[in-house]
Amino acid sequence: MSDIHNVIIIGSGPAGLTSAIYTARANLKPLVFAGLEFGGQLMTTTEVENFPGFPEGIVGPELMQHMIKQAKRFGAEIVHQNVSKVDFSGEVKRVWVGADEYKARSVILATGASPRKLGLPSEQEFWGKGVSSCATCDGAFYRDKVVSVIGGGDSAMEEATFLTRFASKVYVIHRRGEFRASKIMQDRVLNNPKIQVIWNTEVLEVKGQDVVGSLRLKNTETGEESDLAVDGMFLAIGHIPNTKFLGDAVELDDQGYIVVKDKTHTSVEGVFVGGDVNDHRYRQAITAAGMGCMAAIDLERWLEEKGVEVDTTADTYTNPVPA
Amino acid sequence: MAHTTIPVHAATFSAEVLKSDRPVLVDFWASWCGPCLMMEPVLEELADELHDRLKITKLNTESPDEQQLAMLYRVQSIPNMKLFKDGKVIAEFIGYRPKDVLKQELEEALQE
Repeated sequence: MSDIHNVIIIGSGPAGLTSAIYTARANLKPLVFAGLEFGGQLMTTTEVENFPGFPEGIVGPELMQHMIKQAKRFGAEIVHQNVSKVDFSGEVKRVWVGADEYKARSVILATGASPRKLGLPSEQEFWGKGVSSCATCDGAFYRDKVVSVIGGGDSAMEEATFLTRFASKVYVIHRRGEFRASKIMQDRVLNNPKIQVIWNTEVLEVKGQDVVGSLRLKNTETGEESDLAVDGMFLAIGHIPNTKFLGDAVELDDQGYIVVKDKTHTSVEGVFVGGDVNDHRYRQAITAAGMGCMAAIDLERWLEEKGVEVDTTADTYTNPVPA
Repeated sequence: MAHTTIPVHAATFSAEVLKSDRPVLVDFWASWCGPCLMMEPVLEELADELHDRLKITKLNTESPDEQQLAMLYRVQSIPNMKLFKDGKVIAEFIGYRPKDVLKQELEEALQE
C-alpha cells in the first residue's frame, strides 16, 4: 500500500458521502472508509420528512443507499472497514485499518456521533433483550407492552411518541425537571394519554430474568429509590462524537468534538471535517451534507494551492453527468 | 452465486427450520431496520460460502403471523439471528456484525 491517495474520507453518513460525491466529481478518486456500520445515524431512522427533494419523505436507510450509489457512480471507492488509528503529523497523512496502512495528501473526517449509553453493566447485559437505542427497529416487538424512554431532548420525544403506536404505556424518564426538547415535540408527549413523564429521575440498574423486567430508579432530588416494572428501555440521552480513534491527531473540544480552525479546516493542515463529528448544534442530515460539500470544496482549493491537479471546471460543478 | 438465503414464513418454519437435517440460521429482520438491511449482503455471501454446513433463512417480522413467531422466540431487537440445530436454538447473534466476525462466530457455534 504505497500509493498516495488524493483524499481519504472517513465516515459514510450524509457528510462523508456528500464529500465523496464532490471530490469524486472533481476527479480526485476519493477512498472512503465507510466503517463496518455504514450510513450513519440515518440507518436507524424511519421516515425523513425534512430532506429537501423528497416531498413524500424517504426512509433513512433508503436515502443512504441513494447517496452511496451516487458516490460510487462518480468513482468513489468505498471500503467497509473501520479506521483504527491515524497519524497526521507528516505532510503525507497516514491511516490504518488494523495492520494495513493507507496514505493520502488530504483527509476529510466525517465519522459523526453515536447514541450515548448510560454506562451501566446491566445495560450491556440486557442489550438487545429489552434495552435498545433504536425505537424504529425494535418498537414493533413491544406491542401491548410497557416501555420506557430515557432522555429529555427531541429524540426522546420522538421515540416516545413513536412507541405509543405499539406499547400500551410509555414512561419518559428524565433526570431533570424540564425537557430540552422543542415546544412542539414536548407538547406531543405531554398531551399523549399513553405517555407518563417521570421527572428528576435517573436509572441505577436494569433488572430482569432473561429479558428486561424492571428498572431501579433514583429520584435526583430526594434520593429516594424505587422499582418500575417495564418490558423495555429505549435510550435517547444524546450522542458522543466518534473521535476516539483520532487520539490527539487533531484538536478536539472538551466534549471530544473536532474543532474547526478556518472554515472546515481542522487544526491540522490538509485535514478537513464535516457533519456531526464537529457540529453538535444543528445535527441534521441536510446540514451534515452541506458541511460535507463545504469540506470537499475547501479541500479541493487547498490541494490546488499545493499544485495537485483538481478538475474544478464549470462542467464538473454545474452540469449533471448523464446517467 | 449458487446458494442464496431462503425466505421462511410462519407456515414453512417447521419444515424449513425445526425439521431441517442441517443447522439453520434464521435472520429475524424488517425493512424499517437499517442495520438489518446492512446484514443482507453479508448473509447472502455466507449462505454461499457455508452452504455445505449451514442453511441461512430470513424471516420478515413485519406481518402478524411472523411477528408472533418472533415473540415466541423472544426476539426484542433486530437484526436477531438464531442458529437452530435439531429444532433447538444453540446460538444467538443480536445486532449488526461484519462478515468475518459472524463467520467465525458461526463456525465456533457449529463445532460445539
